[in-house]
Amino acid sequence: MQERLKELQTEALEKISTAADLKELNDIRVSYLGKKGPITEVLKGMGKLSAEERPKMGALANEVRDSIAAGIEEKQKHLEEAAVQEKLAAEKIDVTLPGRPVKTGNHHPLTRIIEEIEDLFIGMGYTVAEGPEVEKDYYNFEALNLPKGHPARDMQDSFYITEEILLRTHTSPVQARTMEKHEGKGPVKIICPGKVYRRDNDDATHSHQFMQIEGLVVDENIRMTDLKGTLEVFAKKMFGEDREIRLRPSFFPFTEPSVEMDISCKICGGKGCSVCKGTGWIEILGAGMVHPNVLEMAGFDSKKYTGFAFGMGPERIAMLKYGVDDIRHFYTNDVRFLKQFSIHE
Amino acid sequence: MFVSYKWLQEYVDLSGVTPVELAEKITKSGIEVEGVEVLNEGIKGVVVGHVLEREQHPNADKLNKCLVDTGTGEPVQIICGAANVDKGQKVAVATVGAVLPGNFKIKRAKLRGEESNGMICSLQELGIESKLIAKEYSEGIYVFPNDVEVGQDAIEQLNRDDQVLELGLTPNRSDCLSMLGVAYEVAAILGREVKLPEPQVETSSEKASDYIDVQVEAKEDNPLYVAKVVKNVIVAPSPVWLQARLMSAGIRPHNNVVDITNYILLEYGQPLHAFDYDRLGSKQILVRKACDGEVIVTLDDAKRELTSDHLLITNGTEPIALAGVMGGANSEVQPDTKNVLIESAYFKGATVRKASKDHGLRSEASARFEKGVDPNRVRAAAERAVQLLAQYAGGEVLEGSVEADALQVEPAVVSVTLEKINRVLGTELSMKEVEDIFARLQFETNTDNDTITVTVPTRRGDITIEEDLIEEVGRLFGYDNLASTLPIGSSTPGHLTQYQNKRRLVRRYLEGAGLFQAVTYSLTNEAKAAQYALEERKPVQLAMPMSEDRSLLRLSIVPQLLEVLKYNSARQIDSLAVYETGAVFLSNGEEELPEEREHLAGAVTGLWHSHPWQGEKKPVDFYAVKGILEGLFDKLGLSDKAEFRQAQKDGMHPGRTAEVLLSGESVGFVGQIHPTVEKELDLKETYAFELSLKAILEEEVSPLQYEAIPRFPSITRDIALVVDKGTAAGALEGIIKEAGGKLLKDVHVFDLYEGERMEPGKKSIAFSLKYFDPERTLTDEDVTKAHDNVLDAVKEKAGAVLRG
Ligand SMILES: [Zn+2]
Repeated sequence: MQERLKELQTEALEKISTAADLKELNDIRVSYLGKKGPITEVLKGMGKLSAEERPKMGALANEVRDSIAAGIEEKQKHLEEAAVQEKLAAEKIDVTLPGRPVKTGNHHPLTRIIEEIEDLFIGMGYTVAEGPEVEKDYYNFEALNLPKGHPARDMQDSFYITEEILLRTHTSPVQARTMEKHEGKGPVKIICPGKVYRRDNDDATHSHQFMQIEGLVVDENIRMTDLKGTLEVFAKKMFGEDREIRLRPSFFPFTEPSVEMDISCKICGGKGCSVCKGTGWIEILGAGMVHPNVLEMAGFDSKKYTGFAFGMGPERIAMLKYGVDDIRHFYTNDVRFLKQFSIHE
Repeated sequence: MFVSYKWLQEYVDLSGVTPVELAEKITKSGIEVEGVEVLNEGIKGVVVGHVLEREQHPNADKLNKCLVDTGTGEPVQIICGAANVDKGQKVAVATVGAVLPGNFKIKRAKLRGEESNGMICSLQELGIESKLIAKEYSEGIYVFPNDVEVGQDAIEQLNRDDQVLELGLTPNRSDCLSMLGVAYEVAAILGREVKLPEPQVETSSEKASDYIDVQVEAKEDNPLYVAKVVKNVIVAPSPVWLQARLMSAGIRPHNNVVDITNYILLEYGQPLHAFDYDRLGSKQILVRKACDGEVIVTLDDAKRELTSDHLLITNGTEPIALAGVMGGANSEVQPDTKNVLIESAYFKGATVRKASKDHGLRSEASARFEKGVDPNRVRAAAERAVQLLAQYAGGEVLEGSVEADALQVEPAVVSVTLEKINRVLGTELSMKEVEDIFARLQFETNTDNDTITVTVPTRRGDITIEEDLIEEVGRLFGYDNLASTLPIGSSTPGHLTQYQNKRRLVRRYLEGAGLFQAVTYSLTNEAKAAQYALEERKPVQLAMPMSEDRSLLRLSIVPQLLEVLKYNSARQIDSLAVYETGAVFLSNGEEELPEEREHLAGAVTGLWHSHPWQGEKKPVDFYAVKGILEGLFDKLGLSDKAEFRQAQKDGMHPGRTAEVLLSGESVGFVGQIHPTVEKELDLKETYAFELSLKAILEEEVSPLQYEAIPRFPSITRDIALVVDKGTAAGALEGIIKEAGGKLLKDVHVFDLYEGERMEPGKKSIAFSLKYFDPERTLTDEDVTKAHDNVLDAVKEKAGAVLRG
């Protein structure tokens, strides 16, 4: 009896090991461990055994049964795993095919420049002020120390709507309006971006509509060195830490003293090249100390308050920063141009 | 202003400072030098030659065979094509081996069988612009005066061994429209002296006042008029050096008399006029305003009709010059002119500007009057002119001048404290340093404790207030020497307004949704200005547009975006999505500023989604664009307030357009562009929207508040309703929401069937309804009650039947 059980065990384990699939394995389970299986048959002969041998034989039978069951289980795991492997192998894809595109657009390059400048100055305590694009002659000129008949009005030929109303030629009227709102009390710290308009024929370097961004600080004890320091921070953040700046005296009716700011040419490193016209410097913006007439007209006591203002053209900055060679690109909105500005360095 | 380096040396010692270094110094302290031109750049080997013989070239009608002595002792044969070449002339010869501008190398050559050993040059060939060359040499070679020595460097003889600085003058620095003004500036920069010309004139015994009388009626426009008379001049070409200086400044030489007046204009900044005394027709100068309709023939032979705004120089009756702008043809200096009257006057800038503008005559002279000449140079300039006329035109200067003088000249006296200078500049200058700067500028100063009082010379009319003095100190101290600081004092929080923040969010959202930001022009044409406007208003019109295409301010952005799509589509990009945020302009009538309303517009054309290798290709449709807007409203917390209503709009597809409402107010539209418009623009199916961004961003939004995560399960019931084809899903949804009561949390369409299995004229819309109570688990009964309400309502209000 004992031998028969051992024999069955060997035979079953043999069959298990050669089973090719789950069905065959199941047949083995049924044939060996089922109620009508050979082990049960063998155990039916237990009655003939002595009371002493009976439990021993019982234990042996269980042992055989367990070992077969364990063999089946192990084999089953094996077969299942193989089946999964096979399925996965069949599911293989070509990962080099293109993915389903996620459509995205991006900021216009001018918005990109403007937001960058806004954020830079917001970080220095400025707020963003906006104003109308159609302005009164008063805010566009007179409040900025450009009375009627002033020769500098020639410098910015304008689109008039009536004698007193025109398309603003710069964003400076926003400064005048903001100062007026402050009713003679500082500090004023604003940055003013927006569209402006001048009577220019559109060509590679001129546009009848363009952007401007100006800054204004009015407070007690604002010094020209503050202007220089502020512009230096701006230039380095915008164009790179290695850039030098220089201030050159200039003239604007609304500032006195007035300056223009140049940054050192990145291309030639200051030695002079075609981009900087051989000077090693590139003109970036105009600035100055707010003219006392402008302060007074906006209701500030020019004895007590001083201020500085600066203004620049985002188009020019974008052209320098990205090497754009024609200002008209900003307004034709050719998508092959626009989508080049999706990358964030 | 063009400044000859050699000429400038006459007034300031420039030793040790090269033209380029000087340019840099001038730029850094206030006047931008826009360029330095080397006049003899690229020229080598041009000498003065003497034409010994000239004869016709044997084989060419238009060529001359010349024998030329170039000072080498051995005359050479040169073939010359100029018609004006002749025996005995002193000419500029580019010898064999010479180089002319444009790297043109002179070689020995054979011209029609005759040897040519060099080239006789015209001034053009020596790099001078045609418009600057005196008429007699403009068509041929240049001929030197006879006293020039053969073999000399011709460029030196022409005074072209020079460099010219081009100053870009800002309007305040018109003082530098003269060599003397530039000299003062350069002297201040270099800390050197200014040497002024000191004209000394021998006068004849006759008095100018015996020859002319001067009266000024319009004293306000002409407060000072100085007349001088020079007799027996010989009109001839000016000396070479004088012609050269005029040319270096961009003025064409004519004859000695005219050239001398131009020379004074450049030297003193004072425009002069020379009249032919014998052609005046009287012994009188009367300055008065013109009568309306009066006519003058100016020396360009143009008949000009005048108004009472214009100032005239007359001979007592007839006009002889338009003051400060142009002389009359009747009194012009001619080759046979003998006696000359020199006018040096102070004309009011505005008067000259008006006349030069009205007649389109802007000249070197009018430009200087417009900006204001130095009143203290009027007499000196006249004195200098007659000196030169005596010297270079052989004239006899009559004694004295005849003047009409009502000019009050007070130099500006401006004070500033040292404290203020240092406070504005952020410097720590001492009074001594400040005094030194003004001394360099040759401004008289007077110091009293902390206050310095400056008497500003009349040549610097731009300095009137203390800030002007501060600027002078700053620029001559040097902005390079300023420290860099940041403002101190009360700190201010930097931030965007809520509106600005939301606008940025809108942009980023739309870009994330696949739209590119465009920026287009605000000015447009009549056809586009009001097309797709949200509100019917007259567009704002420019008084003097540059073109019809940019004559009105836009009332909507969509037409501009369609233009962008058209532009791209013409370049093979026929699938594109763009948006723009920007102002539109609503007129408030002539006298008022228009209302500027910020709009948001978008336009989408062609394929919305394309992933070809997996067979996905979806053109844009209404629901793609509507979905973008719904997503936007969701982001802005406005989903509950937004509503889309079937609408009609000009230029839009009549069946595929919705009005967009916010809290019941119309804020814009979305829909398909009308197919005829699409066809006109050559676009594929295109959808667009335009909304009042202002209305959307200013709409009140309830503050963000946490809502408890549901603890109890919800119950969902689906219903399919059969309704008339014309019934809007939105309307049904509205009915369901209203009838569902508090427990109904969500309703959405999940199926639409309009196929064959429906009765004609009917469709089936399936909704999924979610019921939920935050306080407890709902029972079937609760839901059934609410749901029955819904079913009753849709049946009653929309005739909806449950689909079996
Ligand atoms: Zn460079």
